[in-house]
Amino acid sequence: MADARHDGLRERPRGAGWAVAITSLCLLALLVLAPLVVVLVEAFAEGAGTFLDAITDEDTVSALGLTLLVVAIVVPFHTVFGVAAAWLLTRQDFRGKALLGTLIDLPFTVSPVVSGLLFVLLFGARGWLGPWLRDHDVRVVYAVPGVVIATLFVTLPFVVRELVPTMEAIGRDEEEAAASLGASGWQILWRVTLPRVRWALFYGCVLCGARAAGEFGAVSVVSGHVRGETSTLPLHVEILWGEYHTAAAFAVASMLAASGLVTLVLRGLLERRVRASKARSSSAAHASAALALETSISSVPSKGALS
Amino acid sequence: MTLEASAVSKTFGKHKALDDVSVTIREGELVALLGPSGGGKTTLLRVLAGLESPDAGQVRLRGQEVTRSGPHARGVGFVFQHYALFREMTVFENVAFGLRVKPRGERPSEAVIQKRVHELLALVQLEGLAGRHPDQLSGGQRQRVALARALAVEPKILLLDEPFGALDAKVRKELRGWLRRLHDELHVTTVLVTHDQEEAFEIADRVLVIHEGRIHQDGTPDALLTRPASPFVADFVSESAIVHGTVRGSGVIALDEVASLEAPVGARVALKKVHIGR
Repeated sequence: MADARHDGLRERPRGAGWAVAITSLCLLALLVLAPLVVVLVEAFAEGAGTFLDAITDEDTVSALGLTLLVVAIVVPFHTVFGVAAAWLLTRQDFRGKALLGTLIDLPFTVSPVVSGLLFVLLFGARGWLGPWLRDHDVRVVYAVPGVVIATLFVTLPFVVRELVPTMEAIGRDEEEAAASLGASGWQILWRVTLPRVRWALFYGCVLCGARAAGEFGAVSVVSGHVRGETSTLPLHVEILWGEYHTAAAFAVASMLAASGLVTLVLRGLLERRVRASKARSSSAAHASAALALETSISSVPSKGALS
Repeated sequence: MTLEASAVSKTFGKHKALDDVSVTIREGELVALLGPSGGGKTTLLRVLAGLESPDAGQVRLRGQEVTRSGPHARGVGFVFQHYALFREMTVFENVAFGLRVKPRGERPSEAVIQKRVHELLALVQLEGLAGRHPDQLSGGQRQRVALARALAVEPKILLLDEPFGALDAKVRKELRGWLRRLHDELHVTTVLVTHDQEEAFEIADRVLVIHEGRIHQDGTPDALLTRPASPFVADFVSESAIVHGTVRGSGVIALDEVASLEAPVGARVALKKVHIGR
């Protein structure tokens, strides 16, 4: 779409191309647009009064508060963790590097419900750490810490996976130059590396935050659905739905949908920036490849000199 | 400020980039490391700089071992092949970087930084461009910013990796003369890597020919041209051809092959340097 003009191979659709385009647009409308419309229509089905009551209800406000708290813990944590892990994966060589990369991707491959269960087995009353936690009067499962830990796990890959390709693309040159000028590791990170990857980092944080706010499966298992205590917005929607408060459930769901739309817009804006900065560094990489070729040709001894 | 590498070796995977190399760079010299790509000259420069640590051997600065210390601790300024300018910063901030990252006690005041950066920009003839970003500069201008940035921390030794490699021929020639004059003005010990023999001969006091991880010859440009130490050096540095032959009878040389000489039919060829061996 946005990069169509960079790609000479793309052309306007024709014949079969149109068929594919129309089919995919219809599917998109059915799968994405229609539910969005349904959410809004149903949210207001019993009038604006019900809608307002639902979103100002005590339990809804508490669920919103918990969701915001989770996002406020998870996003800063993963910002720091993501930068550290991306730095390890792109700037260091060590045994087990491939393993680290795989572990970071694990939450993408494990079902969220399963990961939630893992935490119950680990921290629950009959879990491995359960007795110890009980002795120290710490509640993890069916309490806020469990919700936070499960969300941390599920959102682990977002920032790292956004940073790694960008850091690989920009290379180490500027960091080496900074080191040769006497900059310390921290100075290099703050003054050279982070300014270069800031859009990718921000984009990763937006995705991470969106997932943290919307996570259902893992949180559902560890939270225990305690109304007004361990219920996040997605869980609260389920509770309301289960209690046949259909309009209220859709009203709360529309809050999540709205935050999702904001994320999409942010994502669209950021993606353009990230791509622009990647394109800049990859065009630099092309230039240097061309130069390397030039040097190798010009250093071949002239034919006449060979006997 | 003598910089010395002794018996240095470095291997990347299976490729032996440096094989038992020893060099001495003396105070105030301008030395060129010359050789074909992949011969090990950039690796040697990076080992001298402290950007790469050798697998074996030592690097000494004024007699003191510095093999494991970084470029800044060695007082070395490095100019990277593709400049490695900080693209998020202006020209001014690029040059000021080395001053701004100094530890609090040694960091000059803002006024001193301003003055020093403007002096350096004047030295590299870029005074008007302080507010630009690197992607708004030409190749030659970027090269000079990289040089000013390296000079800002007053290095005792300046190391340049293919400083003119990415520039077109005309700019390259201009900058070459300019770098030589700059060296004569500042007397900073300078080592540069190049694959261009004309460039090496024009500006260096001394040239080290490096090929396949070893130093083939160490001498003045004149010595290299008139007394190449090996067929490789002769081949690489001179435009002249090597023609093999065998001495038969009383001083008659039978040439093996002359076909590779690129000369028009009827041209007369003089054999100037005759290397006699078995």
